[in-house]
Amino acid sequence: MSGRHGKSAPAAESDPGGAEGFSRGPGRRRAPDPEPAAEPAIVNSPFEYELNQFPEFTPGWDVGEARPFLEVRDLRVHFPTEDGVVKAVDGISFRVERGKTLGIVGESGSGKSVTSLSLLGLHKRPDKRGRGGARISGEIWLDGEELTTAAPERLEELRGDKLAMIFQDPLSAMHPYYTVGEQIAEAYLVHHRVSKAEARKRAIEMLDRVGIPQPDARVDDYPHKFSGGMRQRAMIAMSLICNPQLLIADEPTTALDVTVEAQILDLMRDLQREFNSALIIITHDLGVVAELADDIMVMYAGKAVEYGPAKTVFTEPEHPYTWGLLGSMPRLDRAVQDRLLPIPGSPPSLINVPSGCAFHPRCRFAELAAGRCRDEIPQLADNGRKHLVACHVRPDRRRDLFAEYIAPHL
Amino acid sequence: MLTYLVRRLLAAVGLLLVITLITFWIFFVLPRWAGQTPQSMAAGYVGRQQNPAALQAVIDRFGFDKPLFVQYFDYVVGIVGGRTYSDGVSLIHCSAPCFGYSFKNYEQVWPTLLNRAPVTISIAVGAGVLWLVFGVLSGVISAVRKGSIADRASMGIALAGVALPVYFIGPLLEAMTGQWSTKYVPFLSNPLQWAQHLLIPWIALAFGYAALYARMTRAGMLDALNEDFVRTARAKGVRERKVLYKHALRSALTPIITIFGMDLGTVLGGAVLLEVTFSLPGLGLLAVNSIEQDDFPVMMGVTLIAAFFIVIANIVVDVLYAVVDPRVRQS
Repeated sequence: MSGRHGKSAPAAESDPGGAEGFSRGPGRRRAPDPEPAAEPAIVNSPFEYELNQFPEFTPGWDVGEARPFLEVRDLRVHFPTEDGVVKAVDGISFRVERGKTLGIVGESGSGKSVTSLSLLGLHKRPDKRGRGGARISGEIWLDGEELTTAAPERLEELRGDKLAMIFQDPLSAMHPYYTVGEQIAEAYLVHHRVSKAEARKRAIEMLDRVGIPQPDARVDDYPHKFSGGMRQRAMIAMSLICNPQLLIADEPTTALDVTVEAQILDLMRDLQREFNSALIIITHDLGVVAELADDIMVMYAGKAVEYGPAKTVFTEPEHPYTWGLLGSMPRLDRAVQDRLLPIPGSPPSLINVPSGCAFHPRCRFAELAAGRCRDEIPQLADNGRKHLVACHVRPDRRRDLFAEYIAPHL
Repeated sequence: MLTYLVRRLLAAVGLLLVITLITFWIFFVLPRWAGQTPQSMAAGYVGRQQNPAALQAVIDRFGFDKPLFVQYFDYVVGIVGGRTYSDGVSLIHCSAPCFGYSFKNYEQVWPTLLNRAPVTISIAVGAGVLWLVFGVLSGVISAVRKGSIADRASMGIALAGVALPVYFIGPLLEAMTGQWSTKYVPFLSNPLQWAQHLLIPWIALAFGYAALYARMTRAGMLDALNEDFVRTARAKGVRERKVLYKHALRSALTPIITIFGMDLGTVLGGAVLLEVTFSLPGLGLLAVNSIEQDDFPVMMGVTLIAAFFIVIANIVVDVLYAVVDPRVRQS
C-alpha cells in the first residue's frame, strides 16, 4: 500500500485543483504551528497531511488511481440568518474511493446532513442580491469535476444519475400522491430517453433487485401501502436505478426497526459491491457504521474531530467526543448495573460556537491541556497511526485516558 | 368507492331532512311563539282586503290550523312528491318539488327558484374559474419568488382584495370601465354577451376570493417546497420547473380544492352582496327581497336550496379528495 502512495503525490499535481489548491485553501493560512517538535505536526486536512508529511497515509482505502473518486476539501456551508451566521459545516475534508464506504457520525446538528446535501447541490443558493440560502465554499471534486461551482443545470444532470441519495424517512421522502413505481421510474426517465413503459419495466426490475416480493404488482401501490422497510427498499431502488457511482445514505435506517435495519444494511452492502459505487453513510448510530464503513469521520459542531479507518476509530478512539458516542451506545455485553455514559450537556449552537475546541464545555478532560481547549481551535492531526484527531490533549495521554477511564466501561 | 358514495349520499339526504326541520321550525314554529296565528299567516296571502271567509279559505287550503308536525310532514312530502291544495271547492296542484306558494304573488316557489338559479350559477361558475386560476397562479409565483417584488405586489393586492367588499370594488370597476353594462343574458341565447355582461360582477366577486386563494396557495407552496418529497424529487435530478408543478403544486393544491368546493357551494346558494350591488336577479337577490317582504315560503325555499348546494358541494369535495389523494381513497 505504501509503495503506491509514493506515486500519489506527483500525480496530484496534475489534478485540476491540485497542490496549488491546497496552498490557497483558507484553512492553511489560519494554521500556525506552535507545536513543539515532539508533538505531531498540525494539519488542516488529511490530504495536506498526506501530501506534505505522511505520504503513506490514506485512511482505509486502496488508492489505485491518481485522484480519488470523491474528494472534498475544506468544505464550509454557512447559512446567514437574522440571528447570525449558522456555521453548519465549517471546514471539513474527506475522500471516498469507488467501492469504499465512509461513515460520517455525529449528534443531530453536527452538520452531517448539511454535508450530504451540499454534495448533491441541494442547498438553496443565495438570491441575486446575495441574501438567503447557503454560502458554500471549499471544493467538491467528483471524478475530476468540481461541484460547488458547477452550473445548476449540470448538477441536475448529475443528481440521481452519477450521485444519488437515500433519505432518512422514506415515508415523508416519497410523494404520497404518486405510486412507488411512478416515482422510481421518474428517476430513470429524467436521465434516459426511454418510453414510460420501459422505465416502468426498469422500476419493476429494481424493486425485484431490492427484494420486494411481487414487484410487478407492488409497483402500482402508493407509498402508504408499503411497510417502513419496504419503503426504504423502494427508496434504495429509486436511488440506484441509474447505477450511481456515488451513493449517499442519510440515516437510512433510523426510521426502521432493528430486524429490518440489518436487512437494509445487508442490501446496501450487496448493492454497493455489485455496482462498485462509493458510499457515504451518515448516521448517529455507531452500530451502523461499524457494519458498513471502511473509514469513519466523526463530526462535532460542523468540524471533523476524528477521522480514520473504521477499525481504529472503533477500537482505539482518541477524541473524547468519540468516547462519549461509544459510551452512550447500549451494548448487550455490558453488565446491567453499568449505566450508559451519556455526554453531558447538549450540542452547541452553530451560531455561537464555543471558543477554542467546540467540545470543551462538555469535555471531561478539557483541563488537561491547560486552557488551550478554550482558546485555541484544535486541528486534525495524525496520532502516528493513520488516524486523525483534533484534540489538544497529547496523543500518548489520550491513549492512557482511554485505556484507564473509558475502555473499562465500554 | 361506490359504497362510499352511496353512503355519503344517504347521509346527505338525512342532513337535508334535518335542515328542512330546522328551517321549518324557524319559519313556522318560532313566529307562532311570537304571537303569529293561522289567521295572520293566511293574511300574508290574502293581502289587504281581508274578510274572515277569505282568510278561512286560505287557512283550510294550506292547513295552517293543522298540528305543526302534520304541517311539517305535508311540507316534506310536498318537496318529495308534490302536493295538492284543496279548500273543499277547488284543487290546486303543486308538482314536486313543491316548496309552497309565495305570499306575495301567489306563484309557486320552485319555478321562481328555477328561474333565478341560472343567474347565480352563471355568477358562481365565471367568478369561480377566475378566482381559482388567478389566485393559484399568483400564489405559486409568490411562493417561488418569495421576497421578490412580484411577491410583495401580489400579496399587497391580495390584502386589499380581502379587505375591500364587493360593493366597493363593483362600482369602482364600473366607474373605471365607463359604459360597460352589467345584466344577465342567458348563456344559451348568446354565450358571448353572457360573458361580456357578467365580466364586471365576476371580477368584483373573484377579487376577494382570488386574494384569499393566493395567500393560501403561497403558504401551501412554501410548505410543500420544504417537504422531504420535494427534496427527493430534486435529488433525482428532476428539473426545477417540473419539481414545482408536478411535486410541490400537486400537494399544495389539495386543500385549495377542498375550500374551492365549499366556496363555490356557498356562492351557488346566492351571492347576496354582489347580486344586490349589480341588481342581478339571482337567488341572493331573491332572498333579500323575500326577507324584505316577509315572504316566508320563498325565504324557506331559498334557504333550502342554498343548503342543498352546500351539502352537494361537500360531497363533491369529498369525492374529489379521494380522487386526488390515494391515502383517502383506500380508507
